[in-house]
Amino acid sequence: MTRSKPSVALFVTCLADTMRPNVAFAAARLLELAGCEVIVPKAQTCCGQPAFNSGAKSASRAIAEQVIKTFETYDYVVAPSGSCAGMIKVHYADLFPEDPGWRLRQEDLAARTFELTKFLVDIMGWKPTSTVFPAKVAYHDSCSGLRELGVKAQPRVLLSEISGLEIQPLEGEEACCGFGGTFCIKYPEISAAIVADKTKTIKASGADVLLAGDLGCLMNMAGKLSRENSNIRCFHIAEVLAGMADGDGI
Amino acid sequence: MNSHAASPSAFKTEAAHALKKPQLKIALDRATNLLQGRRTEVITNYPEFEEARKLAVQVKDHTLENLDYYLEQFTAAAEASGAIVHFADTPDEATGIVVDICKTREAKTATRVKSMLGEEIGLPAALAAAGIERVETDLAEHIIQLAGERPSHIVIPALHKTQEEVADLFADKHTKQRSSDTVEALVESARHELRPKYISADVGISGANFLAADSGSILTVTNEGNAELTTALPPCHIVTVGIEKLVPSLEHTAVFLRLLSRSALGSEFTQYVTFFNGPKRSGDRDGPEEMHIVLVDNRRTTMLGGDMAKMLRCIRCGACMNHCPVYSVIGGHPYGSTYPGPMGSILTPALNSLEQAGDLPNACTLNGRCREVCPVDIPLPDMMRALREQQWREKTGSQRTRWIMTTWAYFALHPWLYRLAVKLILPSLRLFKSSNNRLKHAPLARSWTKDRDLTLPGKKSFIDQWHSGKTN
Repeated sequence: MTRSKPSVALFVTCLADTMRPNVAFAAARLLELAGCEVIVPKAQTCCGQPAFNSGAKSASRAIAEQVIKTFETYDYVVAPSGSCAGMIKVHYADLFPEDPGWRLRQEDLAARTFELTKFLVDIMGWKPTSTVFPAKVAYHDSCSGLRELGVKAQPRVLLSEISGLEIQPLEGEEACCGFGGTFCIKYPEISAAIVADKTKTIKASGADVLLAGDLGCLMNMAGKLSRENSNIRCFHIAEVLAGMADGDGI
Repeated sequence: MNSHAASPSAFKTEAAHALKKPQLKIALDRATNLLQGRRTEVITNYPEFEEARKLAVQVKDHTLENLDYYLEQFTAAAEASGAIVHFADTPDEATGIVVDICKTREAKTATRVKSMLGEEIGLPAALAAAGIERVETDLAEHIIQLAGERPSHIVIPALHKTQEEVADLFADKHTKQRSSDTVEALVESARHELRPKYISADVGISGANFLAADSGSILTVTNEGNAELTTALPPCHIVTVGIEKLVPSLEHTAVFLRLLSRSALGSEFTQYVTFFNGPKRSGDRDGPEEMHIVLVDNRRTTMLGGDMAKMLRCIRCGACMNHCPVYSVIGGHPYGSTYPGPMGSILTPALNSLEQAGDLPNACTLNGRCREVCPVDIPLPDMMRALREQQWREKTGSQRTRWIMTTWAYFALHPWLYRLAVKLILPSLRLFKSSNNRLKHAPLARSWTKDRDLTLPGKKSFIDQWHSGKTN
């Protein structure tokens, strides 16, 4: 008896959609390799996190309702970002305090929403089989994925299956890179000082590639490394796992 | 030198100023690396940490929910042991009580043990105004006093100063010449300065880490032994303490003693934990003749029952700031308050005003590490967000953020419009491509591109490509 493929709606994330489409293509490929039917709902825009973290609760609630309506008909929702997945899975709960109808729909969607690497490992039990990526890699744990969703072992489990890939210990791998969404726009000098600390440890790790699971953090670290004329290339972990990490990187 | 009239409203300017001090960065790196490393080690060797944390939360929440009961119980027990208990609603009332006690005793000098509550109520300035010489006996506070600065950390007030800076300061201000600049020699030099002052002081002023309601005891947790000398030698001991320091009984302090030192300095226990119960009794060989306890509210009771109530759990360990990426690059002074870092970003708006401290809850990346290391599980990131919501409701936050978010939300809620905007913006952004295939400049992106390159965006968005049948 064959079980039909689970339907997985890809929550693309606004950053992957616009700044690095390759990350979304890689995520879609990985989900297909793991045996899922991938759907990309066209009506998606943003998870609402920028508004939520800026205190705009009614706007974030309106966006949350739109996301729930758009995504609730699929078996799973998967995002190549711990930050956006965390918004849907953890923070939407704060948006419907006195509305049992929406609350139920929110809880139902939250239970079926996952960050990409966690979904691949914990739900699909998938591992890459023939991917080659000869590089010394440092892995940065993005804060939301790590602390809100418990994404820690999953990316490392997946990377350990890639031939040629060697993980270098990264000092302070759990320390924030200073991106913080709107934080880096509101307090650019502080953000720049934090990411300068980060690139120091990345360079000291001896890695020639930096990976992480969130594009926001990656753009921040990659942008700083690039400004410092470093040769370290940065990719989203999905790009490496899918064998789609080519070129200069992010 | 930092001004004494610091204010959280100057956060941005002060932060920019702090970022330009290489010496400060050296001090911050040394301290935060050391403290983080030691805490990780000691918590790894303490498997009961999560359990202890849960218990501590229960004890604190229970006490705060029944604060009136425990305050009465504490007062009765403390008075029964001979202490005089005072209540102060405001900082001015609190400092007024302390100054009055000093004046009644015709005190000329007061030794003082580091107490953040004392800083909060402005005790140093009040003593100075009353003409009472204040001698800070904590090594770090001694450094701060000599330098004429403000504390930059609640546990390690001179965290912003390097050993080299302290050596120069002591060489300038201490009377006796030192033979070397080792830590031991510096400590010895401070000891030489301070010893005679302990003995000659008319009043000793301390804070408290915990108040045990059942016995009326005051607990101080220190490493230098200065609390004992400050409180036992002068004829009068004054305690200034916030009412949130109450726990039901001496037994309940045990779990906090286990958590506090591990969280604060990454050590299993402090050198000294002292329990004070009233003044010298007849037959005691030493101790103060008089003991006063000033219980300070300063808006704490207004926090009870509200969004900020969980902040009253705080045991002032400083772990949140030791692990804060923002604190670790700017230090404590830009926060413009006695309480810096994550805990200060909640407490300062609560104790002063959100309007004045509007930057503090925003100057946070919401990375969540502060909550992870907090020994009493204060949901600091959620509380930062709650304060931002308040600013949004009251329209007191940044107008620029408001405008950006309102526009962003409008587009996010109109997918067709959003897609159209993306279609137009991506190719225009790509026009700014520089030689390294990234953007070194882009319109409206100066705050990003000033210090970082910007990723070159896609020619077309993923969603447009996917739905036009192209799968990479």
